[in-house]
Amino acid sequence: MYKYVIRRLLQMIPVLIGATFIIFYMVFSMPGDPTAGMCGDRGCSPAFVAQFREEHNLDDPFPLQYAKYLGNVVQGDLGTNFRNQSVGFELEQRYPITAKLALMAIAFEAVIGIIAGVLAGVRKGKFIDNLVLVSTLVVISIPVFVIGSVLQYYLGVKMGGQIFPVTYDSARPLQSLILPAFVLGSASIAYVARLTRTNLVENLRADYLRTAIAKGLTRSRAIGVHALRNSLIPVVTFIGADFGGLLGGAIVTERIFNIPGVGGFLFTGIRNHDGVSVVGTVTVLVLVFLLVNLLVDLLYGVLDPRISHD
Amino acid sequence: MTEASTIAVSAETGAAPGGDVQQDKPRSLASDAWRQLKKNPIFWVSVILIALFVLMAVVPQLFTSTDPNEAILQQARERPSLDGPWFGRDIQGYDIYARTIHGARASILVGVFATLSTLIIGTALGIIAGFYGGWIDAIVSRLTDIFFAIPLLLGGILFMSVMPNDQNTPYLVVVGKVVVVLAIFGWPGIARLMRSSVLQVKPNDYVQAARALGASPWRIIRSHVLPNAMAPVIVVSTINLGVYIAVEATLSFLGIGLTPPAVSWGVAISDALVGIRTTPHMLLFPSLFLSLAVLAFIMLGDAIRDAFDPKSR
Repeated sequence: MYKYVIRRLLQMIPVLIGATFIIFYMVFSMPGDPTAGMCGDRGCSPAFVAQFREEHNLDDPFPLQYAKYLGNVVQGDLGTNFRNQSVGFELEQRYPITAKLALMAIAFEAVIGIIAGVLAGVRKGKFIDNLVLVSTLVVISIPVFVIGSVLQYYLGVKMGGQIFPVTYDSARPLQSLILPAFVLGSASIAYVARLTRTNLVENLRADYLRTAIAKGLTRSRAIGVHALRNSLIPVVTFIGADFGGLLGGAIVTERIFNIPGVGGFLFTGIRNHDGVSVVGTVTVLVLVFLLVNLLVDLLYGVLDPRISHD
Repeated sequence: MTEASTIAVSAETGAAPGGDVQQDKPRSLASDAWRQLKKNPIFWVSVILIALFVLMAVVPQLFTSTDPNEAILQQARERPSLDGPWFGRDIQGYDIYARTIHGARASILVGVFATLSTLIIGTALGIIAGFYGGWIDAIVSRLTDIFFAIPLLLGGILFMSVMPNDQNTPYLVVVGKVVVVLAIFGWPGIARLMRSSVLQVKPNDYVQAARALGASPWRIIRSHVLPNAMAPVIVVSTINLGVYIAVEATLSFLGIGLTPPAVSWGVAISDALVGIRTTPHMLLFPSLFLSLAVLAFIMLGDAIRDAFDPKSR
């Protein structure tokens, strides 16, 4: 088990370097001058521009820039961005908000998705099954920014913003994240429900389940403990792989609901050609994504003791 | 691919002498799936919807004779009516019905070409990794991990900012850029799926037999591994086509995908979101068409999966 974890952690290193390299390269080749518009109408003085470019290593050739950046990251320094804010500090302020948003979205996925999937799978072909299948299809086919804007208007604006604040309200952070988290997770809730249903239906016909019922277990215990547990492995895999998608989708959701998380920071960073902010944010994002997927693989062993990581 | 091979199989059996041979001959997986598919009403609904959207994309003039770029400002924001413009007019006075019909082209182009390119790249790399194994597999798998770790939407935003568009960028160039970015960040999913699928097929007796008979690796891949490992990839690609259409709309919503004067559902939706309270009809129609297109491809993928998977029957 420890061997497995260490091997996986070592495998992460090239992936992390590769991903940051791609992002760094793309940011580096962005057109436009980061000092443009920094000093108002009169433009920056040549001395300032020279100092700025020197500070941010902008005149170095690309591989050297990347190496210097990576060297700093290894020492835990994400650098200061083009607006002289410490990226590490900014991310510290913003990551908790996005983390809450993503975790709440995952909670919605797990709770609503699995319950809907179980209800549909147990009554295959009945009304509730068709209801779940049709409604999940509808949710999947509507783009998240349409769902977000429509729910924001009908549940936020029309209801006066008492229950669901229209935009992020720092006085009641958790309450104002409920609706955005639901929007962010909406498509994944639908996928989880469908995935749970499919796997449950398959397992309900398995021999071991017939044995479980034949030896006198109640239906709820047979389904809950035997069938469901075996059906959850693909679902957990999906949730893990989807985590990256949630962090990407947060860019859209945070924009709609004006949430001061990483998504917005990333988007302004890209818009302002602020490479340091973008690469720093993405590095942390990719790291979190890789760790979550390692966690998912370790969870397999808990769900199915036959899978071991020795 | 699936349908092509199905057609090939049925043509073969049809051409066989004796007419009734079809009954005795054991059916192949593909022809079995096709028989299953023919009976599924959802399959036909999605096929008809997709055919309609493709027709809209190729010859929009069949559906409307109104110029989508003709703006009548006095009638801006007119409500839908049966005798005026059916879907009403938007904030610029454009006919929403004409805009929606003409908008199909961008979405269908992006969806089809992004799917084809991810399919080609992903399948090729997946087969190479799964079939050859060893250090080739290690390198390809790490490469897949690297691209898989960058979320599609994030990569899309970055890429489109690296190569920004303006009003004068030709339509096809912008569509091409969106296709390229979806291909770059979309192939890892297909490659992973293909690799695991190949790993399942490789130990089978018929592959070993072909190898024992001295078939070249290329021949084994082409005539044994590929046809038998293709089904899951086809299913996922069909569903992805819908997803890519939605991503294109999202990029347009963020202002970095297609931009006016290009006519597309994503542009229309993001323009309409501002007036969600006063002019909901501007939002409804492009969203409805977009969702129907996404829905059609997802339903088609589901139907194909059910046909190929005997366990779900």
